[in-house]
Amino acid sequence: MAGKTKLRIQDLAKIREKTKSLMTIRESEGRARVTVHMGTCGIAAGARDIMDALLEEISKANLQDVIVTTSGCAGLCNAEPMITIELKNQPPVKYGHLTPDKMRKIFVKHILGGQMATDLVLAVGSETVY
Amino acid sequence: MVCAGTGCVSCGSFKIKEALEKEIKAKGLAEEVQVVATGCNGFCERGPIVMVQPDGIFYQLLKLEDVPHLVEEHLLKGRPVKSLMYVPPAEKAPVPKMKDIEFFKHQRLIVLRNRGRIDPEKIEEYIAFDGYEAMGKALSGMTPAEIVDEITFSGLRGRGGAGFPTGKKWAICAKEKASPKYLICNGDEGDPGAFMDRSVLEADPHAVLEGMVIGAKAIGASKGFIYIRHEYPLALKRMEIAIRQARDNGLLGEDILGTGFNFDLEIVQGAGAFVSGEETALIASVEGHIAMPRQRPPYPAHKGLWGHPTVINNVETWATVPNIIRRGSDWFQALGTDTSKGTKIFSLVGKIANTGLVEVPMGITLREIVFGIGGGIPDNRDFKAVQIGGPSGGCLPAKMLDLPVDYESLTAAGAMMGSGGMIVMDDKTCMVDVAKYFLNFLQDESCGKCVSCREGTQRMYEIVKGITEGKGQESDLDLLEELASVCKDASMCALGQTAGNPVLTTLRYFRHEYEAHILDKRCPAGVCKALIRYVVLAEKCTGCQSCKKACPNDCIKGTLKDVHLIDQSRCIKCGACKEACKFEAIEEQREEAIQVI
Repeated sequence: MAGKTKLRIQDLAKIREKTKSLMTIRESEGRARVTVHMGTCGIAAGARDIMDALLEEISKANLQDVIVTTSGCAGLCNAEPMITIELKNQPPVKYGHLTPDKMRKIFVKHILGGQMATDLVLAVGSETVY
Repeated sequence: MVCAGTGCVSCGSFKIKEALEKEIKAKGLAEEVQVVATGCNGFCERGPIVMVQPDGIFYQLLKLEDVPHLVEEHLLKGRPVKSLMYVPPAEKAPVPKMKDIEFFKHQRLIVLRNRGRIDPEKIEEYIAFDGYEAMGKALSGMTPAEIVDEITFSGLRGRGGAGFPTGKKWAICAKEKASPKYLICNGDEGDPGAFMDRSVLEADPHAVLEGMVIGAKAIGASKGFIYIRHEYPLALKRMEIAIRQARDNGLLGEDILGTGFNFDLEIVQGAGAFVSGEETALIASVEGHIAMPRQRPPYPAHKGLWGHPTVINNVETWATVPNIIRRGSDWFQALGTDTSKGTKIFSLVGKIANTGLVEVPMGITLREIVFGIGGGIPDNRDFKAVQIGGPSGGCLPAKMLDLPVDYESLTAAGAMMGSGGMIVMDDKTCMVDVAKYFLNFLQDESCGKCVSCREGTQRMYEIVKGITEGKGQESDLDLLEELASVCKDASMCALGQTAGNPVLTTLRYFRHEYEAHILDKRCPAGVCKALIRYVVLAEKCTGCQSCKKACPNDCIKGTLKDVHLIDQSRCIKCGACKEACKFEAIEEQREEAIQVI
């Protein structure tokens, strides 16, 4: 992983491959990867409370294999706070208009149960990158 | 990705894989589509399973004869085959895909490509999505002239507002002999309702940083500054982390990536004045002076920071650069119009269903942005105008909705690209009130150096304010036009030169509203408080006292079961009584609401 060593150009490809495999959780051991969208808009809409609720549920359930990470604004500010959940080998699922209670419901149904909480889902899949 | 777990293999997934490869080759897609065998998906009862990335679409229970149709429809034409898609058992209908949602469907991400998918505080996640590849390419395999040429050919124009060709700016600075040269990233985003730069800095700070290192090599700069306003604490924090990580990894500082190239960056915090976004004012601010613009020429590319050649570009411009170097100028050129290439980020706010940040190809129409991506106007109201380009921009009416979004078209219409703020207004918005708002902003933010701007914006504000209060005169409109044109001709920087735009465009497209305020003393939208009044309709009032209780200023008189009366001299026109009344007995009157003496 990137440390205090000075990188050379050829090192970039190595980091790329290694990190990508960690991030896609295809090859990692994780059960799920949850991204809380924490741009200023998300935080203002309450993303920190969502994060707290998520971390609390994870620690209550004593799960070691859920990767929690943050990212910037997902674009659709009026649906903030938003999260994205990726389960192994499934397309990412975005949830919006969250509250801590909704987060807890999604945790039980989607992260623990593996079923999308369809009534709360915003969309499935990723965006079009040109 | 074809599942090659035991379960799927036993259902024939290898045969599916072979058939896919054959079909892809036959359709000439072998270069673009890669067939990969994966481990077990865990959905063995649904095998054979194929997943198409990056769409993330799952196909299940595939048969050999499905393969040609699948390749033809999805891979060639980009239309996922619904009948083969996986529908989770509990679901009655498939949940929406990102690609089906209007808000996401029409966007093309270049600058925002990493939004929501990487952790901006982890450099390795940026690298995972090809980050710093362009920098490696530029530092090891390109000469400064080649970099400048690549940017010039790409047709990239400044994303901060004026749209000056970036390659040209770099070429001018690269020719300068003086040393040292400087780079500046302009992150002083000041337009009300605009947050493009903030979002880029927060979501992908390394992209800005990488763009600047590439620019440094192109013009021969050894030091750069990133100017971010202090109202953006999260952007500042993430940029600080990004710079530290880049330095620790040898991607900034001395001997970058072992190529012998040296460049370092420093963050400068702005105090949040609107005028600091003007390049010469920003340079003054970095130097430690008051942020006041100076006369140009000399342009910063000749004499900028501390009198040295300086390239100053906007956040979005810098973040576009690595993508062009990595993918090539031809790739970038292919998107957009003849004169405006690539994509532009807009922040979509106001009376619109989907507010947010959108990145769209240049040349898209306003209608597609407002009604397609934005989802139209909420509460079944009508579209009235869209304000583009911040205080220096203008308000465009419904008849301009089919205008393509590019630098020239917007300027011709009286607005401007600006940094990309887009404020949508519905029929409950008063255009005179909007002009008043922007003029108030401008007279507040004018630095005061030029008389035309300092006095001009104040006088224009006073006149428009008077109009909204029913004190307008017929001669006001000519006077406003004259003031706006003097302000444009006699002011030194863009703030003053464009200060008349909010008035000029509203006058051009909504003159009738000004006339209604002045001649009829009437605000058609019912916004200007001095021009409306609330009255109790005696025949409908039941004397229930709800309005009296709702009034925050205690100016409604009346006893139970008697007709109530609003004391007009003390009414603050908040409308609380109208909302509280269950019998529609309170009317908002817009006709000749005040008698002018």
